[in-house]
Amino acid sequence: MFLINCPYCGERDQQEFKAGGEAHIDRPKQPTELSDDEWAEYLFMRKNIKGVQFERWNHAHGCRKWFNMVRDTSNDEIKAIYKMGEKPPAQ
Amino acid sequence: MTKNLRLKSSEYIDETNRISFKFNGKTYHGFKGDTLASALLANNVHLVGRSFKYHRPRGIMTSGSEEPNAIVQINPGTNRTEPNVRATEVEIYEGLEATSQNCWPSVEFDIGGINNFLSPFFPAGFYYKTFMWPASFWEKYEFFIRHSAGLGKSPTSSDPDIYDHRNIHCDVLVVGAGISGILAAKNAAKNNFKTLLVDEKNELGGSTVYENNEFNKIDNKTPSEWLKKEIEELKNIKNLEIKTRTSVAAYHQYNYLLAKENLTDHLEAKDKTNKIRQRLLKIRAKKVILATGALERPLIFNNNDRPGIMLSSAVKKYSEFYGVACGFKNVFFTNNDSAYESALSLYNKGINVEAIVDIRDQSESKIVKKIEEAGIKIYWSHTIVDTAGYKRLNSVSIMKLSNDSTSVTGSKISISCDCLGVAGGWTPAVHLYTQSGSKLKFDQEKQIFLPNQNTSEQISVGSCDGDFKIDEIIKNLNQKLKDSLNIKETDLDKIKVEIDQENSKRNIWLLPSDKPLGKTKSFVDYQNDATAKDIKLALREGFRSIEHVKRYTTTGMGTDQGKLGNMHALGIIADTAGVKMGELGTTTFRPPYTPLTFGTIVGRNVGKFFDIFRRTPMNDWHVENKAEFENVGQWKRAWYYPIDGETMHQAVQRESKAARESAGILDASTLGKIDIQGSDASEFLNRVYTNAWSKLAIGKCRYGLMLNEDGMVYDDGVTTRLGENHYLMTTTTGGAANVLGKLEDYLQTEWPELDVYLTSVTDHYATASLCGPNSKKILKKIIPDLDLSDENFPHMSFKETNIGSIQCRIMRISFTGEHSYEINVQASYGKDLWKKCIDAGQEFNITPYGTETMHLLRAEKGFIIVGQDTDGTMTPIDLQMDWIVSKKKYDFIGKRSLYRSDTMREDRKQLVGLLTDDPNIVLEEGAQIVSELNQSPVEMLGHVTSSYFSPNLNKSIALAVVRGGKEMMGKKLFVPMENKNINVTVANPVFYDEKNERLNA
Ligand SMILES: [Zn+2]
Repeated sequence: MFLINCPYCGERDQQEFKAGGEAHIDRPKQPTELSDDEWAEYLFMRKNIKGVQFERWNHAHGCRKWFNMVRDTSNDEIKAIYKMGEKPPAQ
Repeated sequence: MTKNLRLKSSEYIDETNRISFKFNGKTYHGFKGDTLASALLANNVHLVGRSFKYHRPRGIMTSGSEEPNAIVQINPGTNRTEPNVRATEVEIYEGLEATSQNCWPSVEFDIGGINNFLSPFFPAGFYYKTFMWPASFWEKYEFFIRHSAGLGKSPTSSDPDIYDHRNIHCDVLVVGAGISGILAAKNAAKNNFKTLLVDEKNELGGSTVYENNEFNKIDNKTPSEWLKKEIEELKNIKNLEIKTRTSVAAYHQYNYLLAKENLTDHLEAKDKTNKIRQRLLKIRAKKVILATGALERPLIFNNNDRPGIMLSSAVKKYSEFYGVACGFKNVFFTNNDSAYESALSLYNKGINVEAIVDIRDQSESKIVKKIEEAGIKIYWSHTIVDTAGYKRLNSVSIMKLSNDSTSVTGSKISISCDCLGVAGGWTPAVHLYTQSGSKLKFDQEKQIFLPNQNTSEQISVGSCDGDFKIDEIIKNLNQKLKDSLNIKETDLDKIKVEIDQENSKRNIWLLPSDKPLGKTKSFVDYQNDATAKDIKLALREGFRSIEHVKRYTTTGMGTDQGKLGNMHALGIIADTAGVKMGELGTTTFRPPYTPLTFGTIVGRNVGKFFDIFRRTPMNDWHVENKAEFENVGQWKRAWYYPIDGETMHQAVQRESKAARESAGILDASTLGKIDIQGSDASEFLNRVYTNAWSKLAIGKCRYGLMLNEDGMVYDDGVTTRLGENHYLMTTTTGGAANVLGKLEDYLQTEWPELDVYLTSVTDHYATASLCGPNSKKILKKIIPDLDLSDENFPHMSFKETNIGSIQCRIMRISFTGEHSYEINVQASYGKDLWKKCIDAGQEFNITPYGTETMHLLRAEKGFIIVGQDTDGTMTPIDLQMDWIVSKKKYDFIGKRSLYRSDTMREDRKQLVGLLTDDPNIVLEEGAQIVSELNQSPVEMLGHVTSSYFSPNLNKSIALAVVRGGKEMMGKKLFVPMENKNINVTVANPVFYDEKNERLNA
């Protein structure tokens, strides 16, 4: 059970949060310009890394804010947490 | 022959408080302070159970939670009965009853014991090999297994006890209150860390508290005397909370630990009532200090499982702590000095120690000299090759070990005894440490696994970190505390320790016998009856990974997770495979460390607290009017309102007819409601719905369909424009929370530039949906001032008005196809609104209807229910709802996906209507649809999604998804059922009032 440092609320139990998949996948601005393959790449393809992974999380049972997390999936160490729109910290 | 083996002089046993209890129906006596195990041993009862596979007689082996054999059923036949309890952990109380498990008809004469003689037929992997094939025989196998293998009985009536959960946050959690844990907790608390100290036992002090070995001194006192003084001082320390009878079951990441605090199990029945029995502590600790100690290992030799064979450390604890001798004639078998401490304890109390069998060739320590001087015979370089005594040990046979210790030589000596204490060295209890994700390393010199790589804020101290001698323990603990807690001085700086000289140890994982291995039974896992022979067989059959050997032989898979035998299993595998111990890895220890009751896990979440439920403000009225309810998400919704013993079908037919013929009323309060405000609200709706929203006039309503980015229908509902920058969105009842979550996601992460604010107002409003040709007249009675003409208040429009002094919002929208109004008031006025409508509707025979009638009425109109007629694979095109998908809008969620080659396929499953050729046959929802009957295998074209008997059309109607269904209008298809094939025809899904004339009726 992680202890997650919500950038708006502080440290809270993992139970209050919802994981939202890979981070930094921007929705294409002009979807109609994309080929089926390009659209499928955005829609379906997600990384599943053993190691450092960038993820979206939502403080669903708290402030309801989305934020980003850098997590090492091999040992669940949370390496960084930063707000939406902010640049990921240098690794 | 029953003789009392109670020794005098134990301060932990209150001999003034005599307690009677029953074991296997017979009454015994013990004293306050006894465990069930110590009380039985005092009565010279060793035989307490039968083993799992061979039903061999088994006795008490240990004095703690690692006990593999003495597993009993507590208070059988009562609603407080509990199976699989370790007799070594049960504190006795007046009236306690316990029985053996896994034996029939009795522990003394057990029919399953015949398995012992058939054991050549029960090799490792027996279950895998025998019961897997043929599959059709499984039922017979299961019957056999269930009847011969008893692992206790679960209670049949509900649990009378209360369980609780508690969150605890602390700076330092110390697990284990032996000498290391006590000193760690004391120094942490003294340095202003908020500290919690927990121990599974009811007394603090671990094994040091009865350590009276005269050769070890702390500040010139025996370890026992010294530690008792330390324990006394704990009482006066602030910042320190101590919880005994509290076992840590799980150690998760981020220092989150679960512990079970036992509050009433040691009390008499009359004192248990109305108290919390067990409490699950959910502990979040900034730092964890593991002081979990070490477990003594047995030795693996032929017939090492007879009642009377115990761990040497247990013999010592029973003697020193409980004041009980475990036998009249005791022998010890050892590979290190610790058996000598147990022997000395018995010797000092005048109990007969026949001999010590030591596989080493010598030891120089003072305690060994003392035993020699006492005239106790020590057999150096000897091993036990066999034991005798079926239900109780009566002798051991020993022989000299060969020089390479793989065989035995010389002549066999038999020693008569009724108790054998076995000392095979100490294994650090690293279970919790590894649960936390931290990694072990194998220490070749000490031949044990030790903590190596910490992943959390944690330290391991004392014997769980491989420090077994008091001087090492105190020195290393001192340094670790200073480093970890960042403190400069501790009490430990000044402690003076004198100890006996260093022990020599010798590890032989599997001791040889004069018989070949195939003829021996050397148990590695007592609870699961796995022997050394089984492990070797698994290796011969090609298993290599320790995890595979474990599963194949079931070693370490009992309720004790093989706490005693895991190291031997690894050692035997390493020796046989010719590899080093460290290279094999170790098996994974999983939570819980000791079993938890379901009650503790569930806590207060039982009965009506099992899952939360939501009720509408009108709920009381539905209950008073005998509605049946159905669960929709967490909501309890009125399903139908039977009158005079009507069946569901009869009630629904009546309600459906009334709603179309005169007036019906539905409690629609559960619909999700989201208040949307902000200058970009219209643009936002444009992006989330498939249709266009910018031109919706204020005061108008529009139906919207929401897709996922993959183009599949996600939710639907009517949204009303309340003002220039203000909308009220409704969602499906079940989808409300997810829709809000999804919209927030897009707003926060994809379109942060939009000025839009979302608020869930589902619970803020109560909604009564008034429908039918007389609904207008009824509303007129309630709000006479409101102009209800089609010009002023047309279909798909909205009015904000008052009912008396109560503000209300009325939408003229319809989910039934009838002229309808949805009246919303502040939730607290909901019941009042409902009653007003019912009263006003009396003269029109207003009929309350539930969700079932609502479903029927909308199906007559071909309106979909998201989640019933769709399943996450339906696009709006598949639903024949092309009209709602804007071609002009540049983008909306899911738009691009509607043009993927797969979503544009002609032969996707599409929503159609189905009519049965026989109008009285109602199809089953979920039934498959085919076009051919004589084909094998037959192609499934789709399935029925909604099906009802329509009282208004007087025939059966259904909605279905059918491959290429759009092009099949009028086509004959079949619905094959178990006993018949039903002929159906594909039809327009709008069965009733195709021209929507009734909306304005
Ligand atoms: Zn938050």
